[in-house]
Parts: sequence; C-alpha cells; structure tokens
Amino acid sequence: MIEQNQPQKNFIVRFLNMNTSGQTGGRNLPLWRQLLLQLMALAILATVMFPIMYIVTLSLSSKTTRPSQLELIPKEISFVAYQQVLDRPTGNPVTFIELLRNSFVLSVGVGVVALVIAVTAAYAFSRFRFKMRETLMILVFIPLLMPAVGLSTPLYLLLNQVQVKQCKDGAIAVQPFTTCEDGKGKLQFNLRDSLFGVGIAMTASALPFAVWNLKGYLDTIPRELEEAAAIDGADSNQTFWQIVIPLAAPQLAVTFFLGFIGHWQEFVLTWLFLSQPKDYTLAMTLYNMTGQYANSVPWNRFAAMAVIVALPVAVVYIALQKQIVGGLTTGGVKG
Amino acid sequence: MAVVTSSPGKTKQKNASLPYVYLLPAFLVMGVITFYPLIYQVIISFTNFESKHLLLGLRSPELEFIGLKNYIDIFTAALPVENFNFFRVLEFNFWWALSNVFLHVPTGVLIATLLNTEGLWLKRIYRAAYILPVVVPPLVVATVWTNIFDERYGAMNQLLTNISATFFGGIDPIYIRWFEDVNPPIPGFLPGAPLTLAYYAMMIANFWLGWPFMSVVATGALQSIPKDLYEAASIDGATGSQQFWGITVPLLRPAMIPAAVYGFTLSFNLFNFVFFMTGGGPARSTELLVTFAYNLVRNLRWYGVAAAFAVVIFAVALVVFLITNRITQATQNYQES
Repeated sequence: MIEQNQPQKNFIVRFLNMNTSGQTGGRNLPLWRQLLLQLMALAILATVMFPIMYIVTLSLSSKTTRPSQLELIPKEISFVAYQQVLDRPTGNPVTFIELLRNSFVLSVGVGVVALVIAVTAAYAFSRFRFKMRETLMILVFIPLLMPAVGLSTPLYLLLNQVQVKQCKDGAIAVQPFTTCEDGKGKLQFNLRDSLFGVGIAMTASALPFAVWNLKGYLDTIPRELEEAAAIDGADSNQTFWQIVIPLAAPQLAVTFFLGFIGHWQEFVLTWLFLSQPKDYTLAMTLYNMTGQYANSVPWNRFAAMAVIVALPVAVVYIALQKQIVGGLTTGGVKG
Repeated sequence: MAVVTSSPGKTKQKNASLPYVYLLPAFLVMGVITFYPLIYQVIISFTNFESKHLLLGLRSPELEFIGLKNYIDIFTAALPVENFNFFRVLEFNFWWALSNVFLHVPTGVLIATLLNTEGLWLKRIYRAAYILPVVVPPLVVATVWTNIFDERYGAMNQLLTNISATFFGGIDPIYIRWFEDVNPPIPGFLPGAPLTLAYYAMMIANFWLGWPFMSVVATGALQSIPKDLYEAASIDGATGSQQFWGITVPLLRPAMIPAAVYGFTLSFNLFNFVFFMTGGGPARSTELLVTFAYNLVRNLRWYGVAAAFAVVIFAVALVVFLITNRITQATQNYQES
C-alpha cells in the first residue's frame, strides 16, 4: 500500500530515503535493487578487506621477500613468520615475552593508576558543589587540549634529571637530591630511560581523560540511591565505596579499556624516552622492523608482528564497540 | 536518620571539606606530573635549552634567557631547518583535518544508509566486516599502507599496473613515487601549501581508516529514528526527497556533528599515522604541528625551541577547541528548539 503511494522520484533520492525509512518492508525489496545494493556492498567489502588480506597473506608466507605480484589470498599457510617473531622478534637479545610484558606493564599499569586516582576526583566534580569547582575543573581538563607531544619536552627534561649514580668513592648519589663530590659518577638508573618514567609521562595525559570520562558517566547516574544510603546513616565514604563504585563499575572498565587501546599503541613517549632494547614495547618493535631499510625488512615477519600488535586492540574494540562509540560522541560532553 | 538530624551544623562543615579530600590525590599527582611540567615548559621556552644543559637544567651556568627569540624564530621561519614555514604547516594541518572530515562523514552516512535497507541480505556480515578498519591500530594501518604505496613492490602500483594492462593495454609497469615526488599533481589546489602525492596517498589510507567510524555512529542514529515519522510524512504526501532532507538529515545531525568534531580533532593531531607513513615528507609537505614538534625534541634536540613550539601548539589547540565547542553547542540548541 505504502509503496504505491510513494511517488516515483529520481533514482538517487529514492534509493537513499527508501533505505532510511524502511518503507519497502522486509521481503518487498525488489530484486533488481537487492542485487544492485549487494553489488555495492561487495565492492565496499573488497576495499575494506584489501589491506587486511594483504597483510594477513604476507604474514602467512614463508618467504621473507615482498611478493612481486599482488597476492590477496594466501597461496600457502605457513606459520614460520609467527614462529620466528615469537622466537626472536628483534636483532637484539630480547625475547618476545619481554616485549609483551613491557607492553602489558605499561598499558595496564598506566590504565589502573590513572583510574584509581581519577575516580575520586570525578566523583567530587560530579556530586559536590563547592568553591572553586569551575576553576579546578578547567585546570584538570586543560591538559586534555594538549597533544601528548606537547608535554613531552618538559617531562623529558624533568625525568631526565632524576638519576641514580655510583660515585668513585663507592657512594650512591640520587640526583637531583644528592650529587657525587666530583660531580660525575657511573649512571645506574635514569628515570627518563625506564618503563617507570615513561609510565609517569603517560599517566600525565591519561589522568585528565579518565577524570573527564568518569565524570560524564557519574553525571548520568541518578542520586536517589546515594540519598537513600545517607538517610540510612551511611557516611560519605561508605556511600562512595558501596554505592557509587559498584554502580560505576561498567564505566570504570570502559575507561580502562579505552586507555588500554591508546597505551598499547603508545609510540610518541616510548620512542622518545626509551633507548634500551630491553625496555622496548611491541609497538616500538613493529616500527623498528620497518625503519629506513625497506628492502632488508623481513616482510613476512613484519606482517606477522603487525597482526600480533593489532590483535589485542581489535579484540577490545569489537567487544566494547557500543560503549566506545556512545562514550566518545555523547557520553562525556555534558558540562 | 540520627546522624543527619542530630548535628546538622557539624555534618555540613564536614561536607564542606569533603570534595577537596576527594580531589586531593588527583591534584597532588597532576601538580607534580602535569602542572609543574607545564610551567617548566613555559620557562624554558624563553631559554636556549639544548642537550648540553640536560644535566643541570635551569641551574646550568651557560643557560641563557633569550626572551621571545624562540617564538620569533618559529613564526618568521628563522629556524635553521630546511623547508620549515610555520604558517604553511598550520594551513596544511587545518586543511588535512578538514578534508578528512568532509570525506569521512558523508561517506559514513551513505554507507550506513545503504546497510540500513530493510531486507538487504547479509546485512550483519557487512556491518561486522565494515568495522574492521576501526579496530586495526593506526600504527599498523600506517605501516601497512606505507607498503601498499611502495614505489616498486607496493600493492597500489601493482594494482594500477594490472588495471592499465587489462583495460588500456599498458605494457610498462607503473612506478609512481608516492612518497618522494615533491611536485604537486594539481598545482595551486591549496594556495600556500602545495599538496604532494604523499598527501593523496595519506588521504586514501586515512579514508579507509576514517569512514567506518562515522558509519557506525550514523547506523546508531539511523536506527533510533522512529519509523512512524516516515509513515506520517508519507501519509501527509511528503515526497522521497522531502523525507530525506526533512527527517533523515536533521535527525542525523545531532549525532553526526559531535562525531565530525571528534574526527576533526583526531585528524588534526594524527601523529602515529602521519609519522609512520611519510614522516612529514617529502620536503615537509605533509608535516603536521605534532610531527614537527616531535622532530624538534627527538631529532634536533632543541629543547628551548621545542618548548616554545609546544606552547604555540597549545594556543592553536585552544582556538580549535573554542571553535569546535561552539559548533557542538550550536547543534545542541538546534536539537532543543
């Protein structure tokens, strides 16, 4: 019925708006349009899959050279490359497990620390009205405007000044608090050149984001439960730990995983700060494999590494797709 | 009950300090690792801080305060760096972000609309597959696309060779030097900032990466449009195009504008992607503010200049934020009215 009422307009317009309105009704989609749409959908699918198939095919090849012909479907399925990457990921004596551990320690550590510190601040901003609230909120959110590179210079310089040195007379000097008598000494530890130091630098940008994201969510939780708890005699701490934290648990997880996705791929700060191969992360290793010498790159191993680096992010993203899209577009925007 | 009523004055007093207690951990940590470095950054932006001052920092006897020299050098292209012009980089940076958003948003909406057709076969499979580019880390995307655009072995040139051989009878293999060619293929397209082939290569790769996110957002918004609106409109005799522009577009706007703003900010600071694909080259034609800032710290090690540059980036980011914030708020009002 409705379809007959529909005036026959030009194809493009009809094509576009029929879809959104869904007026053609389930099985009434004419065959010619079904086929046309299928054709378009398949074409898009081909462009989407092209780079993915390219890299997956490369990773399943046993040859280290780049194929001279375009191959999108694996001719052979060989896990040699994966095996080699797991055995000996770089030219340096560092195992895959160590790289994986560094990546995990950094991304999980920074995520947890930022979350723990952020949650009480987010709660304060969301639930209390107090003097200086606006000013303090602006102070916390200002660093969000700054790209990570923007804070890297002072963090590099400041962290670099925290060094542990062994002096000639055997004493240990902790700069900048104590120095050796001759002003020199053998470097034992440089905070800048350590996972701990990079973690500090990464937390600097992760923390404001966590506060912002959690506050946005807390704002949407109704206060009735907290008020009821207060009437029942719970003090603020009890309310916070026993009512607010359990209610916010899903968003705590989402914030953590959003941070995880970012930290897992972190490159700016890690590549800038870390110089020792034993501290490398998986993301750094992937970049290190391409480098300037494109023709000496073992392509199948590079592709295998790319798949390995992509996998955790892909899994987290697919699992949290709805929350991520919702959170980024509508969640935290409310003041 | 007893607690609330017995000593209201005391409870209130306690409550007054409570928010500050909750804020304390965050501000203690941020004070040390964010605010202090930010202030430190402003101070060293007025100095000639270099590698030799690393050990003693601000206590170095040779460290000189040179006033605004770093800032002036940045703006007047007086830095001893080849091919660097701040305003060209700034213009390219804005153009890069804008052109990306203008490609991604309409494409995302169109493809979401296509997949929203009722009765379309394999809809779920398409939806699941189309999200794949979003889930691949930009780091991996960039490295993969760098290989695809490789001059001799890259898939893109091989594809072009195949097309030329099949359809145009071409015999010679096509070797386009995507990342080395400094001559803009369309001269004068963006006055003041020539767009090299590397820009187009990056646009293609980032297009692949960018539209699926917009498509996911648009799908969500499309599905939340009540179907009765269309029924009512068609009963009232609204034509197809009237329905599209009168119902679909306005109802998509509240979801798409924040997504577009998010996409703009993301593209504006797309460090990983640009750094891995072109490193800002050739001849700094694809340099973004963030990649140049990174170059200043990591390779040139001019910490004073880098600090000044970061302060400038912060100012630019603030302006971008104020503009995008205004756009988002304008749409909120639109939604309410």
